[in-house]
Amino acid sequence: MSLNKSATLSGWGKYPTVESNVLRATQLQDVPNAILQNSSPALIASGLRRSYGDSALAETTLQTEKLNQFIQFDETTGVVECAAGVSLADVLNTFVPKGWFLPVTPGTQFVTVGGAIASDVHGKNHHLDGCFSQHLISLTLCVASGEPLTCSLTEHRELFLATCGGMGLTGVILAARFKLIPIESAFIEETTWKTDNLAETLEQFETHQNATYSVAWIDGLTKGKQLGRSLLMLGEHSEKKYVSYNLKTAEPSQRNVPFNMPSALLNSVTVKAFNTLYYHKTRQKQSQRQVHYAPYFYPLDSIQNWNRLYGKKGFTQYQFVLPKEAGLEGLTEILTKIVDSKRSSFLAVLKVFGAQNANYLSFPIEGYTLAIDFKIDSTLFAFLDQLDEIVLHYGGRLYLAKDARMSERTFKLSYPQWQQFQQIRAQYGADKCFNSMQSKRLGL
Amino acid sequence: MKQNILIIGATSAIAQATLRRYASEQANLYLLGRNQAQLDTIAADAKVRGANEVHTAQLDVNQFESHQTVLNQVFDTLKTVDAVLIAHGTLPDQKACEQDVHRTMTELSTNGISTVSLLTLLANQFEKQQHGTIAVITSVAGDRGRQSNYVYGAAKGMVSIFLQGLRNRLYAHNVQVLDIKPGFVDTPMTADFKKGALWAQPEQIAKNITTAIDKKQSKTLYTPIFWMGIMFIIRSIPEAIFKRLKL
Ligand SMILES: Cc1cc2nc3c(=O)[nH]c(=O)nc-3n(C[C@H](O)[C@H](O)[C@H](O)COP(=O)(O)OP(=O)(O)OC[C@H]3O[C@@H](n4cnc5c(N)ncnc54)[C@H](O)[C@@H]3O)c2cc1C
Ligand SMILES: NC(=O)c1ccc[n+]([C@@H]2O[C@H](COP(=O)([O-])OP(=O)(O)OC[C@H]3O[C@@H](n4cnc5c(N)ncnc54)[C@H](OP(=O)(O)O)[C@@H]3O)[C@@H](O)[C@H]2O)c1
Repeated sequence: MSLNKSATLSGWGKYPTVESNVLRATQLQDVPNAILQNSSPALIASGLRRSYGDSALAETTLQTEKLNQFIQFDETTGVVECAAGVSLADVLNTFVPKGWFLPVTPGTQFVTVGGAIASDVHGKNHHLDGCFSQHLISLTLCVASGEPLTCSLTEHRELFLATCGGMGLTGVILAARFKLIPIESAFIEETTWKTDNLAETLEQFETHQNATYSVAWIDGLTKGKQLGRSLLMLGEHSEKKYVSYNLKTAEPSQRNVPFNMPSALLNSVTVKAFNTLYYHKTRQKQSQRQVHYAPYFYPLDSIQNWNRLYGKKGFTQYQFVLPKEAGLEGLTEILTKIVDSKRSSFLAVLKVFGAQNANYLSFPIEGYTLAIDFKIDSTLFAFLDQLDEIVLHYGGRLYLAKDARMSERTFKLSYPQWQQFQQIRAQYGADKCFNSMQSKRLGL
Repeated sequence: MKQNILIIGATSAIAQATLRRYASEQANLYLLGRNQAQLDTIAADAKVRGANEVHTAQLDVNQFESHQTVLNQVFDTLKTVDAVLIAHGTLPDQKACEQDVHRTMTELSTNGISTVSLLTLLANQFEKQQHGTIAVITSVAGDRGRQSNYVYGAAKGMVSIFLQGLRNRLYAHNVQVLDIKPGFVDTPMTADFKKGALWAQPEQIAKNITTAIDKKQSKTLYTPIFWMGIMFIIRSIPEAIFKRLKL
């Protein structure tokens, strides 16, 4: 284990930044040692820093990404056990050639298993398969006493429910066992539907509720009748007979954004052009292609450090979910506000969530989730506060893995199980040991 | 054909990144290191990644008398070794060494003499089997003595000269001798350094190592490659000037 005094850290959005003592664990034993030797009240684990805001930032940060060993794999059941720092990219590179795939994956493969559990990540198949934690068999958590505890739905159940989606605030995840799904090919059959407006987009989601993967890319700049026009992308794992070279993995990307771009490059004109081009990339109402899993699931991973496009001040991703009943009305209200604000955004992604799980702080509730990137400027947060009120009004909430600025009030109103979460933390002494900038901001 | 690969100092970050590449090619691995628990972890990982057989044994390289026994065990098990990678090392506290002869000698032993001992035994085995690659991680620091780390540099430089001789000797026996000279690599050894643009990740070094071994290269490998240029310049500075520099 090693100590680098004071590094300047930030999440993927480059906002906020903080001076932190950085500890890097290279062996599992380093974790209890670090916890027991730690004297600062705010220690938090970090993975690959793909959370956008301040959830992996604290006075002392314990890096876990070098705890990247596999422990066991059962070729008959697809159950893999690995240390928490193993990245999803590593899982794919190791197991796709053997015919296995992740049961749930976020939009980047550069996250750790620990980070995927702590944010209880969701993918394009949430409507059918739920969150990452729902495919976990068990996890090992190093709690404040330094003791490693095995947690599952049957063992230390409450600690398990608090840890999945618990943003590192219950302890440091050391290892996990989860089940992969069998595939016959590394390719995805993608069908894209072009819709003219939001109502049609939601209808199409409904129509295709049995598709394994679905996500809609929304043109976040068009107004009026075309508000919410989208490309709805559906996907199914290919079957062997369609492909010649089956189970190959992705080549690492060579493309890179070498430094922070002047943020003026990203303005409503360039973004509008991008959105229009993207929307018109398919002419027909429906189109089909066969595509490798990497460009299908991880389009942005092909450009390293793309977060530098937003310039020095950084950006934030606003991701909220609204309950199904509020769907069209609530989304229309929020989208209209965003379009009217002329705040540029490359990305507006809409997805349907299936049923909520039992974890105290997991983000997904049944309904619709929209994620939009915003460049940070002096007036952005006031604007987002207004959006928060609309989200609250409709009974929705924001995703902690993307959040860098929501208020304690917003959080506590929208995550009703926060008190149970706090009780479990107190029971294991986590509240006095594991804290992040985010947990302090949210009053946890 | 499944390759037989021996790794000495297998718990090193660069060694781990390298052996993972062999594991995914279903090689048979023999891993030596001084920390058995860590070797077990690494062996399990290598198995999951696809390694065929994985053997481990404990070796503290400063216990010279054990070298012969352990290597006999390795060759008894694997019969032939297609490539050996020697990766162990420590980064001495140069200032402390200046005040402590014993410390200096230990560092020379860990980074130099132990490797010479292992190489002496390995060279005979490879000569006998008439094929394979002997690969050793030395360092760019061995190219020229500098006040900030000449104890380390002297040990690594000794190994490099030794490897030159071996390369020459084993040329006729179809044995490749690869001297790997990394620049700055982000590993536990360098955890306390501030990292900048010249720093590489162990995975990148590993890729260069396995590529050179696969291509049966028998030479000095600077990695990443730009260190070849940097070290060319460093070596070219006349000593009359060099001695005045704060390096
Ligand atoms: C391009 C992009 C696309 C994304 N798409 C999606 C998506 O589709 N769906 C989705 O759900 N998310 C998505 N995300 C968010 C991302 O999946 C989460 O933020 C994830 O938690 C990041 O994992 P990480 O390893 O980088 O963890 P970090 O960002 O380093 O940490 C995130 C949280 O996990 C905790 N943590 C990390 N490791 C451990 C550990 N070992 N023990 C305990 N706590 C730990 C940290 O304390 C912190 O609270 C996306 C992010 C990006 C950049
Ligand atoms: N990192 C760099 O910038 C850099 C640059 C140039 C050259 N190198 C060389 O690269 C090689 C690998 O180093 P690394 O960067 O990967 O660092 P590392 O992860 O710290 O590896 C060093 C390894 O040497 C082992 N070791 C030390 N003393 C030993 C002993 N007496 N017996 C057995 N094993 C011993 C250590 O074992 P334990 O795990 O038991 O401690 C550790 O696994 C070293 O030869 C180093 O000199 C590194």
